[in-house]
Amino acid sequence: MPELDLALIWLALLGAAVLAYVLLDGFDLGIGILFPFLRDEHERNIAMNSVAPVWDGNETWLVLGGGGLFAVFPLAYAVIMPALYAPVIAMLTGLILRGVAFEFRGRTERRGIWDRSFFAGSLVATLCQGIILGALLQGIPTENRSYAGGWWDWLTPFSVVTGIALVAGYCLLGATWLVLKTEGDLQKWARQSAGRFAWATLAGIGVFSLWTPFLKADYMAKWFSWPALLYTAPVPLLVLATGFQLFRSLRKARDLTPFLCAEGLFVLCFVGLLISFYPYVVPTSLTIRDAAAPDASLGFLLVGAAILLPLILAYTAGVYWVFRGKVRHGEGYH
Amino acid sequence: MEWFTALNVARIQFAFTVSFHIVFPAFTIGLASYLAVLEGLWLATGRNVYQRLFRFWVRIFAVAFGMGVVSGVVMSYQFGTNWSRFSDLTGPVLGPLLGYEVLSAFFLEAGFLGVMLFGMNRVGRGLHFFATLMVALGTLMSAFWILSANSWMQTPAGHTVNAAGQLVPDDWWAVIFNPSFPYRFVHMVLAAYLATAFIVGGVAAWHLLRDRTQRDARVMFSMAMWMATLVAPLQIVAGHLHGLNSVAHQPMKVAAMEAHFETRRGQPLILLGVPDPDSATVRYALEIPRAGSVLLGGAADAEVPGLDRLPREDWPHVPTVFYSFRIMVGLGLIMAGIGLWSFVQRLRGRLYRTRSLHRMAHLFAPAGIVAMLCGWVVTEVGRQPYTVYGLLRTAESGSPVELPAVAGSFAVFVIVYTAVFGVGVYYLLKLMREDPAAGTADRAEEEDRERTGMLRRLTAWAREER
Repeated sequence: MPELDLALIWLALLGAAVLAYVLLDGFDLGIGILFPFLRDEHERNIAMNSVAPVWDGNETWLVLGGGGLFAVFPLAYAVIMPALYAPVIAMLTGLILRGVAFEFRGRTERRGIWDRSFFAGSLVATLCQGIILGALLQGIPTENRSYAGGWWDWLTPFSVVTGIALVAGYCLLGATWLVLKTEGDLQKWARQSAGRFAWATLAGIGVFSLWTPFLKADYMAKWFSWPALLYTAPVPLLVLATGFQLFRSLRKARDLTPFLCAEGLFVLCFVGLLISFYPYVVPTSLTIRDAAAPDASLGFLLVGAAILLPLILAYTAGVYWVFRGKVRHGEGYH
Repeated sequence: MEWFTALNVARIQFAFTVSFHIVFPAFTIGLASYLAVLEGLWLATGRNVYQRLFRFWVRIFAVAFGMGVVSGVVMSYQFGTNWSRFSDLTGPVLGPLLGYEVLSAFFLEAGFLGVMLFGMNRVGRGLHFFATLMVALGTLMSAFWILSANSWMQTPAGHTVNAAGQLVPDDWWAVIFNPSFPYRFVHMVLAAYLATAFIVGGVAAWHLLRDRTQRDARVMFSMAMWMATLVAPLQIVAGHLHGLNSVAHQPMKVAAMEAHFETRRGQPLILLGVPDPDSATVRYALEIPRAGSVLLGGAADAEVPGLDRLPREDWPHVPTVFYSFRIMVGLGLIMAGIGLWSFVQRLRGRLYRTRSLHRMAHLFAPAGIVAMLCGWVVTEVGRQPYTVYGLLRTAESGSPVELPAVAGSFAVFVIVYTAVFGVGVYYLLKLMREDPAAGTADRAEEEDRERTGMLRRLTAWAREER
């Protein structure tokens, strides 16, 4: 029996954790960005209550992403964090400002402050997550197991465009989530916004996808050389099909399908990113094998993950099931 | 300004963010267990007072927990941003421990918190109680793993070094249950319970000072004072055992705590004083001769090592460790005293009538939190100049980041934390001031209470028996 490739399994698990984070926290960050555009207090309460029971669990996937990277690819963690110092700190600050808003806005008459903090925090966190992704794709130079680039290397037109595209994407997720969770005027508004953000998101994906291959020859070879093209071409084709289905379901006023299509777009983008990254964790200086912790570490945590992740998925699904259906007025506990 | 380096600012930044952070988990570890007890009592007895108290404290819990989560996310990234060499070299050992914390604790807490806060009308009482229990279990699991990781940094075991210079696991059992872990874990969980008991007791006392017939405040006060009576002495024992463990594994930390500069037999126990590392003396020392040897070595003439065993540059900052330790112990003794006093008044049936006790309980509401912070300062500063005791120096743990980056991020954290968590604490205090029994006519009968002191009941019962 060939030995298990623990590093590869962990790459898949860590990737799944990051994907889970984007799929779950994406819509609640999106709600934060849409917050100022909601028309009154009543709508804002409903939007907030639609994510209040689950946001905390959603954000835990980000902690798993960070903690998991530290555990299984410590060298990658040690290189990425200093390289992306400013956007990481800004993202964390944004997450603080939006996270406390959930509880704080119910505790005061002057909700406006926390509404703004919820919006600004969500926007900054999203923008930074996009910038972090863009900066990673650009590549991070290392030397002697340490970051060896400059302090502003992360800030480029490409990373900023990635950030903006992610903002559009999370807005799409947020809007389709509201389509699913609300009714009446608010749902109608959410449906219209979802249509607009769907265009913006598809445009973002397009620009991002066409730009990426020009960053590194490695990417170009994967995406545009024959016969690799045979394996990679289905990804953009599926993006187009999912986009088409998204518009159709919005037009037909479906509740759930638009949300699933929007999430589907993110899954496809993620697959595309995996193709670009592999076999690197930090393109193009650290491969999976360079950065992996020893098998004793990987195996030990894998045992826990194998037992606990299915449990986590089960009770997380259970919690979403408990809070299924439309959110109605006055359902908070305050 | 030679002191103002990227490394030192990174140290202050870590101390700042972790100190802010730990207050909320410590409070929520205790409060989650308290909520589970309240809900359990409500389900078992059907008394509404327990349900009202649950509702009162669960809102406070939600605010505190939210602050704990967001300040905790920062911690999980700060190892990398400011301490990247530490992360690279210790990741194979510490990473999986933190990974287990996320998998076994954070998801459990976060997943069931939603049900606990918003689910009462959507799931049955039984399932809701289960959710509360899972949140409480999650907080304890979290303490287990993070204390294991921290203890390994204090008393590393079960590891080897690989070709890249990384500390790698060799025996996981030895890593997790490293020599100081059991002591630290017990000491910290008791500290969290005690800190929470004094906050609950302080809030109850504030309400009793306004209206001592307030039934809900009485129930809270009684429960909190039981905890003080029972847990505070237990904590002193646990703390002492932890101290003896440190004598065995980190004797130089203990030497700094006690300001023992000189290795000698018949070491005194310095109660108070002003330690001066430069002259290696303690000025204005108030000391008990030989008591240090008795306490730490088990005999009046036992040899107790002093800091002279180490070169001067390897000493931790003695005054910080010395004073923090004394504040912690002093507050611990005061808390035990309040516990004892409340027990005497309880026996005399005067628990709800002794205004001076209520004033003390109110005044010392933050005592447990302050003591816990001081304890952490003792153990973390006492570990210096190492991040992993004896293996990895703090000076070799930092990131290759420059001063402006670290100072800039520190400034951002100071501003955001002070503003956000300052307001958060204000909201907590506002919630604590609300009347838990608002809108109910559930008042205790003063006359009835006076006669049913435990001592009186006991003597009455003894008389009848005779």
